[in-house]
Amino acid sequence: MIPAGFDYVRAGSAEEALAALVEHGDDAKLLAGGMSLLPLMKLRLAVPTVLVDVGRLTDLTYVRDGGDHLAIGALTRHRDLETSELLARECGVLRAVAAEVGDNQVRHRGTLGGSVAHGDPASDLPAVLLALDATFVARGPSGERQLGAADFFTGFLETALAPDELLTEIRVPKAGADGFAYEKFNRRAQDWAIVGALAATFDGTTRVALVSMGATPLRARGVEEALAAGASASDAAGRAAEGTEPSADVNATAEYREHLARVLTRRALESAVA
Amino acid sequence: MMPAMQISMTVNGTACTHDVEPRTLLVQFLREACGLTGTKVGCDTSSCGACTVLVDGESVKSCTMLGAQADCAAVTTIEGLGAAGWHPVQQAFHEKHGLQCGFCTAGMVMAAVSFLEENPEPTERDVRLGLEGNLCRCTGYHNIVVAVLSAADAMKAAK
Repeated sequence: MIPAGFDYVRAGSAEEALAALVEHGDDAKLLAGGMSLLPLMKLRLAVPTVLVDVGRLTDLTYVRDGGDHLAIGALTRHRDLETSELLARECGVLRAVAAEVGDNQVRHRGTLGGSVAHGDPASDLPAVLLALDATFVARGPSGERQLGAADFFTGFLETALAPDELLTEIRVPKAGADGFAYEKFNRRAQDWAIVGALAATFDGTTRVALVSMGATPLRARGVEEALAAGASASDAAGRAAEGTEPSADVNATAEYREHLARVLTRRALESAVA
Repeated sequence: MMPAMQISMTVNGTACTHDVEPRTLLVQFLREACGLTGTKVGCDTSSCGACTVLVDGESVKSCTMLGAQADCAAVTTIEGLGAAGWHPVQQAFHEKHGLQCGFCTAGMVMAAVSFLEENPEPTERDVRLGLEGNLCRCTGYHNIVVAVLSAADAMKAAK
């Protein structure tokens, strides 16, 4: 399977990438690692006529201590997150989930910013960033702006990023080295999650986020409320499917996904607090 | 056809430059432009790992990477691995019979080489997780895992 033809533009800087987006408008698509976009292009589900390759913007590859938060360059690869000691110490949940993405080969190429900007509800990392209330820094023709995770994921493969914006940085709180668990259910080892459930406790509260339970990654607010009111992990997890709209596909019916959400949330909560 | 672009990379130590369409996948560049057919196309969807090669020393699935993304990189395929006598991983696959039909083997070996570079002293579980991106329909993985553990021992002893 070969992608449809396109013009290839290699951006040497963020500015060059933005200029190319302005020039080509909706016809252009940014390419980072390509782990999500290239499969879609090979299936001709995505047919950009201009591909702007930002994969060599090494100045957007970093994990830095930002004082009260960690700042992560959008082009930081999953492999870099997986092996970052700073991340392991200060935001262990993000390091651990990055190590669960795809397989070694995918983690050698895929980037945090690419995963976020793709906006796939079956991706692992967007759910973590939602649970962490991450901040996304985007650069566009009129300057830089910050977007909160709660408003970022707007629909299936859709985000609040404008077509002429480049995601440059992801900021996450210092959530500590432990107190989290991610339960991912799939059929083949390296596959997308059929359902995933994340529990992370920091700042005295437990946050729960769900993968593949709707058009976007979701917070399990019912579970969080029940926990805050003193419910047991088991009782709280019973509310995991509330407010979700899981799809049905070859892997699972919607009802089965709801069942998985409850079971995986219970397991994640029990592991996170254990 | 879109206008061709010139792509240059070092493949198995040899400089390779070809004019190809921008949409040319790395695996096509290697097989069709460079004539190196040791790298296989299996699923063509980034699932099976048969097309695994090393780009700047790290395993990638060459069916899900553009040749343009590997422009200026150093690429190693199965042909380059065995150029100066068998690599310890190849030797171990031979000795432990880590294959049956052989279709997944080039990718499996390249993935194992990259994995052992990152984790030189793996447990059996590490090996199974480290090769999760490579599918084998024949062996049931048993001898592949044995081979990779054996290669790790051999490489450690050789240091």
